[in-house]
Amino acid sequence: MNPLRSFFLSLALSMIVGTSLATVDVYEFSDEDKYERYKVLTEELRCPKCQNQNIADSDAQIAKDLRQEVHRLVEAGQSDDQVVSFMVERYGDFVRYRPAMEGAMLGLWWGPVVIVLTGIPLLVFWVRRRRQADAGSIERGLDDQEKQRLKRLLDKDEGDRQ
Amino acid sequence: MNRVLLFVPVIFFAILGFVFYTMMEHDPSELQSARLNQPFPAFQLTDLEKPELTRDQSALQGEPMLVNVWATWCPACRAEHAYLVHLAEQKNVAIIGLNYKDQRQAANEWLVKLGDPYRFSIFDQEGRLGLDLGVYGAPETYVVDADGIIRYRHVGVVNEKVWQEKLSPWFPAISGSGVPAS
Repeated sequence: MNPLRSFFLSLALSMIVGTSLATVDVYEFSDEDKYERYKVLTEELRCPKCQNQNIADSDAQIAKDLRQEVHRLVEAGQSDDQVVSFMVERYGDFVRYRPAMEGAMLGLWWGPVVIVLTGIPLLVFWVRRRRQADAGSIERGLDDQEKQRLKRLLDKDEGDRQ
Repeated sequence: MNRVLLFVPVIFFAILGFVFYTMMEHDPSELQSARLNQPFPAFQLTDLEKPELTRDQSALQGEPMLVNVWATWCPACRAEHAYLVHLAEQKNVAIIGLNYKDQRQAANEWLVKLGDPYRFSIFDQEGRLGLDLGVYGAPETYVVDADGIIRYRHVGVVNEKVWQEKLSPWFPAISGSGVPAS
């Protein structure tokens, strides 16, 4: 094998090793179901240190610790809700990538609906009123007095300009 | 009526500007502790210097104190250590150390070398108390009041500015502006 080729081959091999080492924890699960729940939970819990990663993705020490904790709790037979509330109790709502629909969250979820639901009737009301007003003025036209006044105003305007 | 409407964008912009301005000071990486205004979590751990001694949460009562989470593997802890020594020695602030995921021997050597600002240190090798507290990176410093309630958490290095602005208000008995920092 020529030197260049072996260089690239070893480079490629080193990359393979590097990526596979990055996020391997060795945890044993007593059954498949617990493993699945562990996977889902670590993907839905946010790393408090790195903030835009879940704890499954992050290499931060705290993420490692929390993964270990999730494993421990799941193996101890705790439900998903119990695991999540264990974390929320310690790290706040911040650690949930799927926050509970309560408190300030309610505003975020239902606020837009409320705005749309109040907006539509208001819009309909305003458009109707304007249409009626427009229609009224066209149909009615001007009476004699108003015509005279209009003429006077226009004449005056003309006079001002000269 | 229409004149007033013209000002709506200006008012809107002013409100937006104000909101953004208030957020300038806010560091999004600094989380508010979920344990705020709650009692310090229960624990039973050995003393760092005297392994035969067991400490528990009842030791964190009687006067307002700082609980400082530290470790020898944490460079920022080293950076703040001299200031903690200053707080303890010059201002007589009660500081309890929480030695977090560390080695006992290395930690004790560090205290001998750099000075010991702590009334005592709790040895939390596994990080269980840290987890219960919601520690997500050392150093962190908690204010625990005389009733053992957590009142404030500071994440990061404690220095003169942090002490003056954030921590000293919880220590009314200690004059914050007394001795200038050495």
